[in-house]
Amino acid sequence: MKNFVLKSVLGVSALLLLASAASAGTLEDVKKKGFLQCGVNTGLAGFAAPNDKGEWSGFDVDYCRAVAAAIFGDATKVKFTPLSAKDRLPALQSGEIDVLIRNTTWTLSRDSQGFDFTGVNYYDGQGFMINAKKLSGINSALQLSGASVCVQAGTTTELNLADYFKANKMEYNPVVFEKLEEVNAAYDAGRCDVYTTDQSGLYAIRLTLSAPDDHVVLPEIISKEPLGPVVRQGDSQWAHVIRWVHYALLTAEELGITKANVQELTKSDSPEIKRVLGQEANTKLGVDLGLTNDWVVNIVKAVGNYGEVFESNIGSGSKLKIARGINAQWSKGGLQYAMPIR
Amino acid sequence: MASQDITPAGTGSAKVSLLNDPRIRGYIYQLVVLIVLVSLGYWFVNNTIANLQRANLATGFGFLDGRSGFDISSHPFTDYSSDSTYIKALYVGILNTMLVAVVGIITATIIGFIIGVGRLSHNWLIRKLCTVYVEVFRNIPPLLVIFFWYSGVLAVLPQARQSIALPFSFLNNRGFYFAVPVFGQGAWLAGVAFVLAVIGAFLVRRWAYKRQMATGQRFPVLWTSLALIIGLPFLAFALKGFPVTVNYPELGGFNIKGGALVGPEFMSLYLALSFYTASFIAEIVRAGIRGVGKGQSEASHALGLRAGTTTRLVVVPQALRIIIPPLTSQYLNLTKNSSLAVAVGYPDLFAVGGTILNQTGRSIEVVAIFIVIYLSLSVLTSLFMNWFNAKMALVER
Repeated sequence: MKNFVLKSVLGVSALLLLASAASAGTLEDVKKKGFLQCGVNTGLAGFAAPNDKGEWSGFDVDYCRAVAAAIFGDATKVKFTPLSAKDRLPALQSGEIDVLIRNTTWTLSRDSQGFDFTGVNYYDGQGFMINAKKLSGINSALQLSGASVCVQAGTTTELNLADYFKANKMEYNPVVFEKLEEVNAAYDAGRCDVYTTDQSGLYAIRLTLSAPDDHVVLPEIISKEPLGPVVRQGDSQWAHVIRWVHYALLTAEELGITKANVQELTKSDSPEIKRVLGQEANTKLGVDLGLTNDWVVNIVKAVGNYGEVFESNIGSGSKLKIARGINAQWSKGGLQYAMPIR
Repeated sequence: MASQDITPAGTGSAKVSLLNDPRIRGYIYQLVVLIVLVSLGYWFVNNTIANLQRANLATGFGFLDGRSGFDISSHPFTDYSSDSTYIKALYVGILNTMLVAVVGIITATIIGFIIGVGRLSHNWLIRKLCTVYVEVFRNIPPLLVIFFWYSGVLAVLPQARQSIALPFSFLNNRGFYFAVPVFGQGAWLAGVAFVLAVIGAFLVRRWAYKRQMATGQRFPVLWTSLALIIGLPFLAFALKGFPVTVNYPELGGFNIKGGALVGPEFMSLYLALSFYTASFIAEIVRAGIRGVGKGQSEASHALGLRAGTTTRLVVVPQALRIIIPPLTSQYLNLTKNSSLAVAVGYPDLFAVGGTILNQTGRSIEVVAIFIVIYLSLSVLTSLFMNWFNAKMALVER
C-alpha cells in the first residue's frame, strides 16, 4: 500500500510540480534551497549505504558530496533520498530529487524518455553469483539451466537475464523482488540458486551474506552496464554542472591533484593546474558553468580525486577490493577519459 | 414562500422571481457544481498533457504492444515469455491478482465462519482460542502477517536438496511440489459425465424437496448426489480404459522437476490474506448470529427442531442478511490488500505493472491502468455480492 500511495503522490506531483521544476533552472533552485537533494541506493555496500554512525558513505555518495562542494563550497550541504530501483526514475521525474546517482545504467530508452545521463562514473557488467559450497561443480553461467534466479525488479539486469537465458536456450525461474534488501535476504535464505546483478554489486552484496566465503562470482559478464548520474531532460545548465563535476574528479587524478596537496597546488606554476584550480588571472571557467572559480578546489578538498574516491570506497582501501580494471584512466588502459577543462 | 407552498404550481410561480424558485435554484446549484467539476477535470488533463510534452514524455497506451523483455515467475493460466507484449504481462498480473483474491476469499470465508461460530461456543476453551485468534490477527498490519508467513516458510523449510518427501509430493523452501494427473485421449467423456452428474444431482434435490413438501417423506439427497458425482465420471473413465497418467515430481538438477508447484510467494500471500481477513469475517459472523432474535431459536426449539437444524434453517438464513453487506467490504479489502504481494515478490498486477512502469517510464498511464483495474475488480465483487444480498433478503409474500 505504501508504494501505491508513493506512486500516486509521485504521479500527481509530476503533473503539478513539473511546471515549476522544469521552468526554473535546477541549479538556481538548489542554490535557493541551500542544499542538494541526491537520490541514492537504499543500501549497497561501497556505493551508497549508511555507516554505523548513520552517515551515508560510498562511491555514489561521494559524487553527491562532490556536486554539493562544487555548488556551495561545502560538501555537507546535501540530503540523501534512498530509492529502490523501481522508484528511482519517477522520483527524479517528479522533482523529488535534483540528481540521481544510484548505479543507474545508461540506456537509449531511458535517455530518450525524459532523462539525461551526464557521464559514466563506473563501467560495470552483469554477472552471476552462486553458493559454491552447495553447488560445487558449477563454474560457468552456461551450467545454470533450470536454476532459480534472484533479481531486482525494474532493472536492466532483469531484462539482460531474460535475454541471456533465451539466447543460450536455457530455462530458469525468476524470483523477483522490488527492494535490494529483500533480494539479498531471499538469496541468503536459499530461495534461489543464483543471484544476478551488476558485478560490482555482487561483490558488495557478498560481504553482507551470512557466510561470504561460500559464495563465488562466476566469470561470465553478460552485459555492458555503464553506470552514471541522471538528471531531468531539458535543463542543460544543470546537466553541465553534474557532467563537469565528474570530469573535474578525473582531471584531478590525471594531474596528480589529491585531497592532501590541493591547497598547496593552488600556488603551483603549472599553467594546466592553475587553470583547472581557477588560479589563472581573469579566469571565468567556473563562473560560466554557474559555479565559483575555485569549484575544483572545493570538490577535491571535500572528496579527493576520482582515484581516491574509487580506492577508499570500493577499491583497495575498502572491503570490496575491486580492481580499477576498465575504470582506470585512459592513459593506463582504462575507459575513464575526461574532456579538457579549458 | 408560504403562499407558494399551498398554491398549485403554475399559478404561483408567476409571482416569484426565478431565483427564488427552489426547483430552479436547485438546478442552478447542480449546474454550477457540474461546471466546476468538468473544468477541474479539463484543467487536470490539459495540464498533464502540456507538462508531459514539456518534459519530452510520450503519452498514450501504444507502448503496451511492445515486447516486455522480462520474465514472470508464475503464470499459471497463460504461456507467457519475455517475447510477449506488455499487455500480456499485465494480463498475467491481473490473473495472478484474481487467483489469490478468489482463493483467499473462499478460505477466509471458511475460516471466518468457523472462528465466528466458535466465539459463540458453549465450550470455554474453543471460545477463548477463537477470541485470541481474532484479537491477534486483526491487530497486526497485513504486511507483517505476510512477512510472518514468508519468513516462516523460508526459515522453517529445508533447501531443495533436502526436501521433505510427502506422499506424491515434496516440500522445500522453493515451494510445494505435488503430483498432477495428465489426462490422455478420451478423458473428455469423464468431464461430460461430471457435468451431467452435477445437473442430475441438482434435479434430484428439486424433486426430493417437492416430494417432501407434498408427502412429508425425506429422501437421502446427499448420498445420492455423491454417488452420482463420483460414480458417473468413474464409469466414464473405466469405459475409456483409464486414459490418465500422473506427472510425479522428482529430484533433479538444481531443483525438483515435474509435477505442479505452488511457490512460497503465493503461499505466504494467500495464507496471510486469508488469516488476516478471516479475523474480521469472524466478528461479522458473530455479530450476524447475535443479531437474530433469541425468540427465533426458542420458537424453533418449541416446534421440535433439533439444535443443528435450528442453526441451519432458522438462524443462519436470517444472520446472512446481516452478514452479507459488511462481508462485501472485507472481500474488497482482501482484493486490494493483495497488492502487498510486491513485498514478497509474488507477480500480481501491482508488481508486474510496477516493473512495466519502470521499464517504460510511463508512470501516468500505468497508474491509470492500476486504478481502472482495481476499480473494476471491486465493482464486479460488489455487483455479485449485491445480487447475492438481494437473493438472501427477506422475501415478503
